[in-house]
Amino acid sequence: MITSRFERSMNYVILVVFAVFALAPIVTILLTALQPQSSDATGGVLGLYPGNFADAWTEGDFARYMRTSLTVSAVVVSVALLCSILAGYAFGTMQFCGSGPLFYLFLLGLMVPTEAIVVPLFYDLRELGLTNTLWAVALPQIAQSIAFGTYWMRAYFRTSPPSLIEAATLDGAKPWRVLWSILVPIGRPAVVTLTVLTFMWTWNEFLIPLVMSPNGAFRTAPLALALFKGQHVQATALLAAAAVLVALPVVILYLLLQRHFIRGMLEGAVRE
Amino acid sequence: MRGGNRHLPYLYLAPALILYAGFLLYPLLRSAQFSLFSWDGLGASTFVGAANYVDLVQDPQLRAAFGHALVLIFFFAVLPLGIGLMLAAVLNRAKVRGLGLFRTVVFLPQVIAMVVVAVAWRQIYAPDGALNSALRAVGLDALTRTWLGDYTWTLPAVGLVGTWVQTGLVTVLMLAGMGRIPSEQFEAARLDGAGAVREFFEITLPSVRGEIAVALTLTIVAALKTFDLVYVTTGGGPGNSTTVPAYEVFQRAFREGAVGSAAAVGITLTVLIFGLNLVVNRIAERGER
Repeated sequence: MITSRFERSMNYVILVVFAVFALAPIVTILLTALQPQSSDATGGVLGLYPGNFADAWTEGDFARYMRTSLTVSAVVVSVALLCSILAGYAFGTMQFCGSGPLFYLFLLGLMVPTEAIVVPLFYDLRELGLTNTLWAVALPQIAQSIAFGTYWMRAYFRTSPPSLIEAATLDGAKPWRVLWSILVPIGRPAVVTLTVLTFMWTWNEFLIPLVMSPNGAFRTAPLALALFKGQHVQATALLAAAAVLVALPVVILYLLLQRHFIRGMLEGAVRE
Repeated sequence: MRGGNRHLPYLYLAPALILYAGFLLYPLLRSAQFSLFSWDGLGASTFVGAANYVDLVQDPQLRAAFGHALVLIFFFAVLPLGIGLMLAAVLNRAKVRGLGLFRTVVFLPQVIAMVVVAVAWRQIYAPDGALNSALRAVGLDALTRTWLGDYTWTLPAVGLVGTWVQTGLVTVLMLAGMGRIPSEQFEAARLDGAGAVREFFEITLPSVRGEIAVALTLTIVAALKTFDLVYVTTGGGPGNSTTVPAYEVFQRAFREGAVGSAAAVGITLTVLIFGLNLVVNRIAERGER
């Protein structure tokens, strides 16, 4: 396309302005995290204080809460992924009575907000003595992730060439083997995208762990940060350092696998 | 599939369906049931019919919460859509280098935990925070204020955080949509002597109708579901000036012992989100025909 040199340089100005708008808050909190905690602080390197991260880590007991977050994420991701692959395989490659209505039932779950289920979940699971356990925090998130995962994996299985399945079936492969030794290996990009999205949503979730573990036995890292904020109102540098720590795992993953994040969040949103 | 395998699909479906039904569908139905009762979470409950829903219209506090949600929709959805459309249209006209990096950067706010975003913006909005310092540095001392302690400015300040989070998503979505428009269409329009503005309204805008529908659905839902941001930045204050429906659900169910009312707000949110999906998709489809 032919455009003027003026227009092109304007474009660069616009790019830079909006990139700065997106980055400014992130840079601000990073710089705040590196500020001295008090005016007589020592141990700075070139006026920056990376020791704040270590202090926030110990003071907020983040080793413990990061471990909880990792446990919850691992359970949610693995269970939801397995269930979604199986259900998506059924919806995407098999014909059976009621498949249409059942699929719509799963689609419904994409629209139900956490706010609508969290109240009875708490009171019913308390009745069963399950609040303050891993299950109370993980199971509702597994259910939400399955709604998206089934929709996502079905879309993948529908695009897999039928000839591939036919050839394998003629060779005597059972559906179970067709799934795990042919379709899943080929569909690795789709599986990776689903895995990173589920991990991000679980790691960043706030309301469910807040409600389902009132005594803090299964407090995840974002909740620990909210609590840390209440205890360190004046300690700006420490709080900023803690916030960076909580965001870091997902941000690192994003920088490594950004294509999966962007593709997943854009395509996942485009419903049929 | 042959006779012996007739049940096979259901076996593959079973684990997902059981977990999904047990921990999403069943709680949703229970929520609908809860919403018809008055219950403090401990003692006996009394059936009150639609009273909790009538409260949605009559209780000034709930009305305020839904009103605040409308304001947030402007900041989470309308503003990012306007910015995203303009930005993507301009960037789509000329091939510029660094677009990939730009995408990575503007999308970043989407992957950061909302609690972290809230903590960061709280520090920016603090009385001696980055925003006031910047205003003082350019001599605009008169504009400095306690951004999160002011009855007029706190809600827009919280909303602006939403604009920051959502603009990147909308921009990337629009860029993807506009990238799919065949360049012949633009060339033909230019031969007709169309300027950038006419080109935008006659070619670009109609082509990304589907993307606009998706963007509006995603961002309006995000605005309606706002919880963490308000919980961490303002706690609904000052006064009740920044309460939102999701915050009311939490307060009523777990702090004020009004479980039925909380469930009614939750169900209302769900109905609003369903309706929104229907309406937006209907409009997008009608435009395609």
